[in-house]
Amino acid sequence: MPREADTSARDFLAARHRWRLVEALPWLIAIAAYFIFPDRMTFGAQVLIMVLFALSLDLVLGYAGILTLGHAAFFGLGAYTVGLLAARLGYGEPITGLLAGAAVAAVAAFLSGWVLLRYRGLTLLVLTFSTTILLQEVGNVFKEFTGGYDGIPGIVIWPLFGRFDYDLYGRTNYVYCLGVLVVLFYVVRRIVYSPFGEALTGIRENVARMHAIGSPVHWRLVIAYTISAALAGVSGALFTQTNAYATLGVFDFDRSAGVMIILILGGTGRLYGAFAGAVIYMILEDHLSKLSPEFWQFGVGFVLVLVVLFARRGLFGLLEDLSAVLARSRS
Amino acid sequence: MSPTVNTVISILFDGMAYAMFLFIVSVGLSVTMGLMGFVNLAHGAFAMAGGYVVVTATRSWGVPFLPSLVMAFVLVGVVSVAFERTLYARLYKASELDQVLLTIGLAFMAIAAYTWFYGPSPQSIQLPSYLTGQIEGGIRTFPAYRVFLIAVGAALIAVLWYVFERTNIGAKIRAAVDNRRMAQSIGIDVDRLFTITFGVGSGLAALGGGLAIQLVGINPSFALVYLVFFLLVVAVGGLGSLKGTLVAAIVLGVFDTGGKYLYAGAGGFFIYAVAMLILLVKPAGLYGRD
Repeated sequence: MPREADTSARDFLAARHRWRLVEALPWLIAIAAYFIFPDRMTFGAQVLIMVLFALSLDLVLGYAGILTLGHAAFFGLGAYTVGLLAARLGYGEPITGLLAGAAVAAVAAFLSGWVLLRYRGLTLLVLTFSTTILLQEVGNVFKEFTGGYDGIPGIVIWPLFGRFDYDLYGRTNYVYCLGVLVVLFYVVRRIVYSPFGEALTGIRENVARMHAIGSPVHWRLVIAYTISAALAGVSGALFTQTNAYATLGVFDFDRSAGVMIILILGGTGRLYGAFAGAVIYMILEDHLSKLSPEFWQFGVGFVLVLVVLFARRGLFGLLEDLSAVLARSRS
Repeated sequence: MSPTVNTVISILFDGMAYAMFLFIVSVGLSVTMGLMGFVNLAHGAFAMAGGYVVVTATRSWGVPFLPSLVMAFVLVGVVSVAFERTLYARLYKASELDQVLLTIGLAFMAIAAYTWFYGPSPQSIQLPSYLTGQIEGGIRTFPAYRVFLIAVGAALIAVLWYVFERTNIGAKIRAAVDNRRMAQSIGIDVDRLFTITFGVGSGLAALGGGLAIQLVGINPSFALVYLVFFLLVVAVGGLGSLKGTLVAAIVLGVFDTGGKYLYAGAGGFFIYAVAMLILLVKPAGLYGRD
């Protein structure tokens, strides 16, 4: 529908905010997957966790334009909060575990973001991945407590809501992760279409102008970073809960790079990019890395190069271009 | 000689050898980043490629060690120029994110390809006899290979300093790092300059990779594991600064070695902690311009 000249900015934003029918599609697919692949739900839960992690990155990278190579820090903090609570204190309640993971990641992001987000470019890149590796090293120094690279032994997660126990096929976990994702997706969607979300986009597009109109740029970036870290913390917490283990590998550079690749494949700054990217990436990884890990890694690199050169806006951007071409040829 | 003095000498000596490796690899990255602001995460892959050229040349083609280092420099330098012309040149004006993604993609492809052909395990080579064993250094003996590494580093520093400070092309590079648009407007072909420095820088990285085989070992994951250190050196030193890269390489090299000597359990901690502290105080690096 073309925008009328007298349509106010308010109506324009409201129209963007409105739920569209097509937005039900990923959720219908997620529900359908439960019935079509009932014995693959352990894998399904991992896909949903990656969707959430990529979604959290979308908020900072896609919307606020913060170039970070250290997002695994918050995933790892969430994972370790739940793991250490369960293994060291014997506290395995899942829902409050998620909240604890989110809180620890958020506090870390608030403190580190307050300092780091003043920097940009290479300096920010180096500082973010250094923070992550530093956490990994600290975890390794206290390996009696954290279990180091061998992982935390003896994580027991209590049944969900005290009644739903975990089955061999991961069905409970899948439903659990899907529920968490639905709630948090709603939150993220509200955030990005709020005035705060518009301000983030403004900072990404033209930071000088945002400064000029008096927008509290640094403060907004810190808040976005903190919220995003809380989401990443939840995804890390879910990772530990569904796998009942966590090693220092959760802080690996590969994980920070991997989630960025997932988001890029799907498309940044469009919420559903995280879904498409994570599903495609994880399914391809699952199949191809069984054939040959080198083949898989080479493929990821190759696709990344192609995406940067030819499909910069990701899979959804490609689809939009395609539909635009089709529409033009039809008229 | 007391054990304390001995440890201090060991840390300084090994730290210097490590610093020379870091410097040789990082200097090209620093200059190219300073020139174009291009975030090149495939730089570690070029260094790794150099290491594998040396491995193949010495083991399969019977080339002696020193000429194989020169081969690595030339071969990787030439190949990197091909990459620069076909891929990197398209993204000079693109966002940092695009540059990061392209070069991570290239690094992944390199890691996969080298794992495919050479396997995941670390490679070793037969060093010539004059580089093995110890050298008598007055108060104690020093490993010959590290002495050699420090000597190569020192020689390169001298050459690079001369090129940077005393030749026409060095002056052009410094001018372009300072202010690219101004340099272009007075007729310096910055794109060409960039291609040349990119080739030489990647060649030096390859040389560093070849030297790394007997120092830190070389396997496909080298491309990303050590990339982190190269980026630290470049960021701490300041983009495009020869002096900065050298000082940063020495500071980080000595701290890292010292940390690993004195607190074996917390080995990797120090290099990151020191780098972060420096960057928090001086975001543009020690000798960088804001």
